[in-house]
Amino acid sequence: MLWKEFIQMRRDRLTFGMMTVLPAVQLVLFGYAIQTDVRHLPTVVLDESRTADSRQLIAVIGNTGNFDIVGAVADREHLRREILGARAAAALVIPPDYARDLRAGRTATAQMIVDAADPQASSAAMAGAQLAAGALSTQIVAERFGVAPPLEMRVRPWFNPAQRSAIFIVPGVIGVLLTITLTLITSTAIVRERERGTLEQLVVTPIGKTSLMLGKLAPFMLVGYVQMSVVMGLGKLIFHIPIEGSLPLLYLLALPFMFASLGVGLLISTIAKSQAQAMQLSFFFMLPNILLSGYIFPRVAMPEPAQWLGLGLPLTYFLKVLRGILLKGVTFGDVWQPTLSLIGLAALFLTISVRRFRKTIE
Amino acid sequence: MSGSAVATTPGMSAVGTPTVVTRALRKEFGARVAVDSLDLTIYRGEVFGLLGPNGSGKTTTIRLLCALMAPTSGSAEVVGLDVETQGERVRARIGYMSQRYGLYDDLTVAENLRFYSTVYGLHGEARTRRLAEHSCALGLDERRNQLAGTLSGGWKQRLALACATAHEPEMLFLDEPTAGVDPAARRDFWTSIYALASRGTTILVTTHYMDEAERCQRLAFLSRGHLIALGTPREITAHFGQASIEDVFIELQRQDEAQYGVAVGGSR
Repeated sequence: MLWKEFIQMRRDRLTFGMMTVLPAVQLVLFGYAIQTDVRHLPTVVLDESRTADSRQLIAVIGNTGNFDIVGAVADREHLRREILGARAAAALVIPPDYARDLRAGRTATAQMIVDAADPQASSAAMAGAQLAAGALSTQIVAERFGVAPPLEMRVRPWFNPAQRSAIFIVPGVIGVLLTITLTLITSTAIVRERERGTLEQLVVTPIGKTSLMLGKLAPFMLVGYVQMSVVMGLGKLIFHIPIEGSLPLLYLLALPFMFASLGVGLLISTIAKSQAQAMQLSFFFMLPNILLSGYIFPRVAMPEPAQWLGLGLPLTYFLKVLRGILLKGVTFGDVWQPTLSLIGLAALFLTISVRRFRKTIE
Repeated sequence: MSGSAVATTPGMSAVGTPTVVTRALRKEFGARVAVDSLDLTIYRGEVFGLLGPNGSGKTTTIRLLCALMAPTSGSAEVVGLDVETQGERVRARIGYMSQRYGLYDDLTVAENLRFYSTVYGLHGEARTRRLAEHSCALGLDERRNQLAGTLSGGWKQRLALACATAHEPEMLFLDEPTAGVDPAARRDFWTSIYALASRGTTILVTTHYMDEAERCQRLAFLSRGHLIALGTPREITAHFGQASIEDVFIELQRQDEAQYGVAVGGSR
């Protein structure tokens, strides 16, 4: 059974491609492209003060890395056109009396205009501008009065000090890939056997229903483990993702997740009448996995019903395990709760789907 | 003749040890009765034909005898084993070939054979030797490395038969094995069937081709789950006063329609 599955996997170019190329593409695509931390917003400057002070502010804002100063504009109308034309996503406006107010000890004001049509892209930039101005303000006060700043908050970003998205995303890619392999590829492989009449043929052989299912499902778990290793290896090589925790523990805890996903795949195969339907159903299942599991978007930011929905997805729990072990180096004591949920979901999905599957082959 | 079988005396071939014995076999699907009070005995080495319109219970009968589903009531013994309690052992000693052949299109001829023989418990040296003899006998050697999906209908059929018989089953079930195959391939196929029967394999075949029905040693007609005629082709034509099995089939179907007042030939 195993031997046959592997020959078939190799012969089926599309599936083989999905299993080998997809991990690499996903990894690079999501690792590089998904930058939820937006940097380098093209920024224009309307400097009506034209002083050393105003140039200092421009330099500070430019140094945050959030804004790339791409040019100067002459007036408000020009500024508006630049942002409307999407040549700039932000504009720094320094009024004529900026330096005068600053020198006179009054509060000098400057304005930061940000194209916030995409809130995710703009929020980091806006926060960055506030922080930079705050820091400059403190520095000026310190210089002028020769006193130390009364309060300093030292923020330490643990587990991902450089705040790189890839570190957060790559462990997620592993989970998403396993979901694809174990639901989409598994369900279409089973439906294909039914379409061609080979399932019927297998059922009349002395091979038991249990070993039939095991033989059909085990190869995909093996493929899952290979994919997981490849993505982790590439992730380490290309994105330098840390592997802080115990790999054997991770491989062990991947097991209940795989069983749960296989359960979903098997369930889909009992519902779908054709390979195309199995494919559609699997994609239908993939969507909430990508959106609600916390793969890209943080679950805490979601409205409550969306969070509840996410609790039904095996990926939600597996992501906690993955990120915990890879990034934080946690031990079993820290992830037993998601593990328990995974085992529960695996038992649930497998029971339902095995029962349905037995019925369909009778 | 509501339900009662028009049984005729067993023909000449029907002597020896029984391979299939059913007693009052019945299978219900919800409110529908697919097979009702079926009593059949098929003897070793017999080529036995199961005829009837679509939906008459042929496929259900085969599935019951292959131990794929449990009967609602009654019992069936195949190769001396009870299908309900010893299903797995029954399946190890029977072969099954369906209309759809059940071949893996993306495996070669040799790989299909190897796979099915392994599933039937053949291993190592014994398997290699058996497969070599077997594929040679069926003329499959020259195409051993061809993908099954690229074979013509006749070759697919030959390969399917090879896969179903590599473990030398005592009983072979053929469910419409010759649908969509050209006459020459059908003739070769029947030659193979008779060769198997002469070596003691019992064969149960369902077919819609009446010339094939006449090649069977004994026939059973099913209608709406009931056995309505049983005997050699000659006995059956004589009993119904018809010239050929085809005429008998049409006559029985006509009676059936008259009795139930609906067209026969719906879903299975």
